[in-house]
Amino acid sequence: MAYDKFEILKSSAYPLPIDNVDTDQLIPARFLKATERKGFGDNLFRDWRYNSDGSAKSDFVLNDNKYSGKILVGGKNFGSGSSREHAAWAIYDFGFRCVISSEFADIFKNNCLNIGVLPVQVSDEFAKKIFAAIESDPKAEIEVNLPDQKVIILATGESESFPINGYKKGNMLNGFDDIDYLNNMKEEIKAFAETRLF
Amino acid sequence: MGNTLFDKVWDSHLVRKVNDGPDVIFIDRHLVHEVTSPVAFLGLKNRGISVMFPEKTFAVADHNTPTINQHLPVTNIESANQLDTLERNTNEFGISHWGLGHAKNGVVHVVAPENGVIVPGATVVCGDSHTSTHGAFGAIAFGIGTSEVEMVLASQNIMQAKPKKMRINVNGELSNSVTPKDVALYIISQLSTSGATGYFVEYAGDVFEKMTMEGRMTVCNLSIEMGARGGMIAPDQATFDYVQGKEFAPKGKDWDKAMEYWKTLKTDDDAVFDKELTFSASDIDPMITYGTNPGMGIGLTKDVPNVEDTKEGKETFGKSLEYMDFKEGESMIGKTIDYVFLGSCTNGRIEDFRAFASIIKGKKKADNVTAWLVPGSHIVEAQIKEEGILEILTDAGFELRQPGCSACLAMNDDKIPAGKYSVSTSNRNFEGRQGPGSRTLLASPLVAAAAAVTGKVTDPREI
Repeated sequence: MAYDKFEILKSSAYPLPIDNVDTDQLIPARFLKATERKGFGDNLFRDWRYNSDGSAKSDFVLNDNKYSGKILVGGKNFGSGSSREHAAWAIYDFGFRCVISSEFADIFKNNCLNIGVLPVQVSDEFAKKIFAAIESDPKAEIEVNLPDQKVIILATGESESFPINGYKKGNMLNGFDDIDYLNNMKEEIKAFAETRLF
Repeated sequence: MGNTLFDKVWDSHLVRKVNDGPDVIFIDRHLVHEVTSPVAFLGLKNRGISVMFPEKTFAVADHNTPTINQHLPVTNIESANQLDTLERNTNEFGISHWGLGHAKNGVVHVVAPENGVIVPGATVVCGDSHTSTHGAFGAIAFGIGTSEVEMVLASQNIMQAKPKKMRINVNGELSNSVTPKDVALYIISQLSTSGATGYFVEYAGDVFEKMTMEGRMTVCNLSIEMGARGGMIAPDQATFDYVQGKEFAPKGKDWDKAMEYWKTLKTDDDAVFDKELTFSASDIDPMITYGTNPGMGIGLTKDVPNVEDTKEGKETFGKSLEYMDFKEGESMIGKTIDYVFLGSCTNGRIEDFRAFASIIKGKKKADNVTAWLVPGSHIVEAQIKEEGILEILTDAGFELRQPGCSACLAMNDDKIPAGKYSVSTSNRNFEGRQGPGSRTLLASPLVAAAAAVTGKVTDPREI
């Protein structure tokens, strides 16, 4: 499914300075029963966000009114565990377009890129600077500039480059996905399949 | 410079190298289940495209299926809908479907190998992170997201950057009661849950050479828990013997041709890895986890470590122990437990049931324990009966359930209640993984069995 283009995002951010946030926290398995991609944002971080009676946990960051924005800043090894793309869908559906972390789990990172959520990998030091900036001003704006591959803390002007390969960057900038690319390779793929032993 | 096993298999599937981008890799086997496929099929319908190679695609229902009374309609409406959706989609696109009630139904990563779908040197994907299981056959096997499921359905190819390569060697003799599960939990405890992120692992050394295929599947299954995309073991005679004669394995001349190729599938002596680690088998004890990720594991008789002695951050570690209601320095031995779960794609095979039975034989299930013993497939279930294991289980007060993912992920009816402790042979001890508020202690079938008959964490060597 093609998605919205991503170029430059300037936004405040939600801080979640916890390591190893796994996809079971992002969206527990009991909410994976849908057969359409709808409504997952309501259950993003379900068990950290709500009590068992459905009332909101006031100390959880997504329930804290002082935070807002389209960027989620997580601890290291963000998105580990299950391959469920529902985790990335929930993030997107909640309203995030970008996740920043000093380390992403592989499958989660690919899932984000495939649906138009930009995973921005920064150094541990820069992640700390972002957390500090949000702590001193919960509305601190961060600029994520995909064409320049730069993330900038606007209040201080501090910035860092982030990696993304040219192909995926092109997809994000234009809202293309891999199937658009693979559809143009059908003959090459058929010829390759003929050569397989099993 | 020579090539690694991983290079050989990857490079032989390379259809195109994208400039400043990923590789386009041909996929030999695509496994599909009911949870991560509906939106992919919907995507195909919206684009108006078909499945390119339906005969290379195998669909199995497992995550949502109940593990008792499978002959009755599924009562949970959403689960039933997801199962029906898989059936409709596979009918529409001409894909084989091993649904609930089918003789080949079971946990996808158990039934695919036991029917010969998985062969050495293949590329295998599935919308499930434990697809890494199939690396046991010398295949490149890894989990993918739903967009990628759609991609593979549409084109039989996937676009992935080639990962870095890591070799993990374990040599020597394993001690009494140390199983493949313990080897894997030990490695993860040494590397942490992100220690192999960005890598594809090859397991080498005599410990893996001596392992059965079931044991190798357990080890490769858990590769994802150290962050690796997958892990693989070079195929050998044990691999070929396992595959030969299975329904979907090559036959006759095709088999001979395949064998000729498969025998070349090993890492060359002069190949170089990006990272290489070596462990000694004698350092590995029966393992148990105390925290909320699979890297938080210790030798069963050791105490819960202090945060300074772990790879965890202080806040994360504290949150984890608070959730488990454990304290630094406490002994794990003697902790009262409430549930035991034997099963899953990690430990739901016949050897796991043999191991469990070896401990509980002639004893009784502890009164405070609810035990869910769930075979990975109908074939495993039949073996349990044939080998007399069912009788041993029944005599000890246990019941055998029907095949499925069961309590591994709290998606079906088998959920561990809030606050309860479960010694589980599955793969993840994340917060709420086995049910909201549930507390999971990951361990081997032997450790699970010892807990099942004593009602507390117990060293199986003491039984």
